[in-house]
Amino acid sequence: MVEIPSGSIPSGSAGAIPSAEVEDVELYHPHSWWTKYVFSQDAKIIAVQYSITAIAIGLVALVLSWLMRIQLAFPGYFAFIDADHYYQFITMHGMIMVIYLLTALFLGGFGNYLIPLMVGARDMVFPYANMLSYWIYLLAVLILAAGFFAPGGPSGAGWTLYPPQSVLSGTPGGKDWGILLMLSSLIVFIIGFTMGGLNYVVTVLQGRARGMTLMRMPLTVWGIFTATVMALLAFPALFVACVMMMFDRLLGTSFFMPAIVEMGTQLQHGGGSPILFQHLFWFFGHPEVYIVALPAFGIVSDLISTHARKNIFGYRMMVWAIVIIGALSFVVWAHHMYVSGMNPAFGFFFATTTLIIAVPTAIKVYNWVLTLWRGDIHLTLPMLFALAFIVTFVNGGLTGLFLGNVVVDVPLSDTMFVVAHFHMVMGVAPILVIFGAIYHWYPKVTGRMLNDVLGHIHFWITFLGTYAIFFPMHYLGLLGVPRRYFEMGETAFVPPSAHTLNIFITVMALIVGVGQMVFLFNLVWSLFRGRESGGNPWRATTLEWQTPQTPPAHGNWGKDLPVVYRWAYDYSVPGAAEDFIPQNVPSGGGVTREVHA
Amino acid sequence: MNVILVFLAAIGAIIIWWLAGQRLTSKPWLETGSVQLPAHDGVDRQQSPAPAVKIGLFVFLGVVGAVFSLAVSAYFMRMASADWWAMPVPRLLWVNTAALALSSAALQWAKREAGHGRLENLRPALAAAFVLAVAFLVGQVQAWRELVSAGYVLADNPSNSFFYMLTGLHGLHILGGLAVLSHTTVRAFSTDIAPERLRLSVDLSAIYSHFMLAVWLLLFALFAGWANDFVDLCRTLLN
Repeated sequence: MVEIPSGSIPSGSAGAIPSAEVEDVELYHPHSWWTKYVFSQDAKIIAVQYSITAIAIGLVALVLSWLMRIQLAFPGYFAFIDADHYYQFITMHGMIMVIYLLTALFLGGFGNYLIPLMVGARDMVFPYANMLSYWIYLLAVLILAAGFFAPGGPSGAGWTLYPPQSVLSGTPGGKDWGILLMLSSLIVFIIGFTMGGLNYVVTVLQGRARGMTLMRMPLTVWGIFTATVMALLAFPALFVACVMMMFDRLLGTSFFMPAIVEMGTQLQHGGGSPILFQHLFWFFGHPEVYIVALPAFGIVSDLISTHARKNIFGYRMMVWAIVIIGALSFVVWAHHMYVSGMNPAFGFFFATTTLIIAVPTAIKVYNWVLTLWRGDIHLTLPMLFALAFIVTFVNGGLTGLFLGNVVVDVPLSDTMFVVAHFHMVMGVAPILVIFGAIYHWYPKVTGRMLNDVLGHIHFWITFLGTYAIFFPMHYLGLLGVPRRYFEMGETAFVPPSAHTLNIFITVMALIVGVGQMVFLFNLVWSLFRGRESGGNPWRATTLEWQTPQTPPAHGNWGKDLPVVYRWAYDYSVPGAAEDFIPQNVPSGGGVTREVHA
Repeated sequence: MNVILVFLAAIGAIIIWWLAGQRLTSKPWLETGSVQLPAHDGVDRQQSPAPAVKIGLFVFLGVVGAVFSLAVSAYFMRMASADWWAMPVPRLLWVNTAALALSSAALQWAKREAGHGRLENLRPALAAAFVLAVAFLVGQVQAWRELVSAGYVLADNPSNSFFYMLTGLHGLHILGGLAVLSHTTVRAFSTDIAPERLRLSVDLSAIYSHFMLAVWLLLFALFAGWANDFVDLCRTLLN
């Protein structure tokens, strides 16, 4: 046991510190297998349900990306991929990856698992709403997937669903079921997310253990918390846009639909504004980028600090940067609309805010690098993925600076350069963090380690492979290869080398895809055969590693809630007996540091 | 998008005010070994004393506020186009407004009675609030029917479309509030309930009702055209 030296703890509170600052939640008690594992109200089970569903639908999107790549490299190789199918694959791939995989996995998966454990709560504050949130999310996924089986297939409008084309007969699913299922699925998703989001926010606000002040929270919690607040304010824009488009499509209103002639017939719409939809969509769409990025930022900070055995550099600045990025991301949306014909003066404003947001983001990158500086870097799998994230994110972020400028964006808009940019910055980078986080927290969830050899194979295929896919794509974009084209046909300005490059990219995409099967196999295999991990295999400081049982039991903490005495980053404290001091340990391993008044 | 930006600025101000009390400038790496940071000494709790469900309601109202702010933003942007003809406001809407305001007032009364623990007054107050809110909804549907029979159909003009969509969205929110209120009312009428156990539910219903009343008043001002006059006035002042 650690001795408690006098002086480090305010007098009177040494000895028996009461743990209950938060009221004990009335835990529900599952009575059957069904309520324990299926209709569970335990955030940990819900987290696993969210994660499995998100990964499952994400695999569908992965297969869709293969089909697209095969069409681009070997046009006509598969007879069933015609132009309509190609657009449907694009649309479903984008929508699934951004919303149903990344958002759901970061907030529903990691949020549910980590928030209560990291802040020292027994569970989320509204467990019932939390359970509903998952089942409504599952319903949204099923409605979305139903598009594949509906007459006319899913929507092929592109993930941005721009009207008027998204609800016209020239677009697959426009006059069939596709677009309706897409819009309903999004509406249902948003309703379900709101239930979960209220939980994440209020649990952070009201469920923290005694001593867990905001400035002692791990950055993971800060990231997920801020992203959830943003999502609660941004998703309503998508909600309103979906409802209005639903009206246009079903009830003949003209919110977004201008006067239009379709196949020689004048439609009854008139006067609507497609730009209005773009404003609403990107008012959601841009914060969405950071809704995905901020949890990744938070998680990667904790991975780097833990696996470099060093406290995070500039913790306060990291917190402020998260909050500032969250706020700024609401005033940059129109940088997605430089070519929409909006007022050019707007372009100047939005270019400026876009460049300003790079400042707090750069601060975070510097702080990660400075945390690594002279750290005791353990090249474990989570650390490898974290390092890969930094490299990928910097790369994608820099091309973001290109595209944030109006004069550069206009020629590059709608080319493969944009595809390369957003896949690097919000596709590959967050996915690398997700992998790192799974390798990091899998031992806590299952009590077993993931296999290291398989993990290394997975890491190198994924990291090098995704670079091989997306780095050359920038070059294609600079050549002028447009995105969203089913086939290039005879195009004078695209040299034959672009086609060779396309084949290379496709082959790499298939290899990376197969590499993910190694990961899935590892997930299942290690569940039964993995090495026993013990409670704290990474020797980490945060509360989730200090639970009495691993995997944590229902209620997380046994009889007493933990009491928090320090921040989350006491690694390699000089003079301490071990190179880490958990947050719930009262004294610094024999060293007394004066409380800074 | 001005309306939503104003709304976000308000939310931002609340967040900044809250963060300002959270000692974001503290240096947690120096403050180890103590349960509470120095500024929390003497403060009994690090969390807000309000119950979690009340905070949850306020966060939810933030989300609902964002939905309506965005819809109203879209209303103003769409209004700028040439094919917009304002729609007459049925007289019935005044009656509905009165019903909703009285429902809100009844809930305020119920909140006071619940605070004093007077069950015999709490019951009629809750019932009155419930009946008046139902009357509001019935009135809204009746207003729709009047408009439709007068030829103002949904797809005719964007101002009609917005009217039906916004009143519909608002009505659905009232309906959701009624579901919760009916649960509370039924509990209040069950024989052996202590008024203290109803206090929180009544309080939450009252907050929600006031919020939806405020939303309705703003929407009503929008439909009646006063909001446009106000916006014009602001524009003149700015120029």
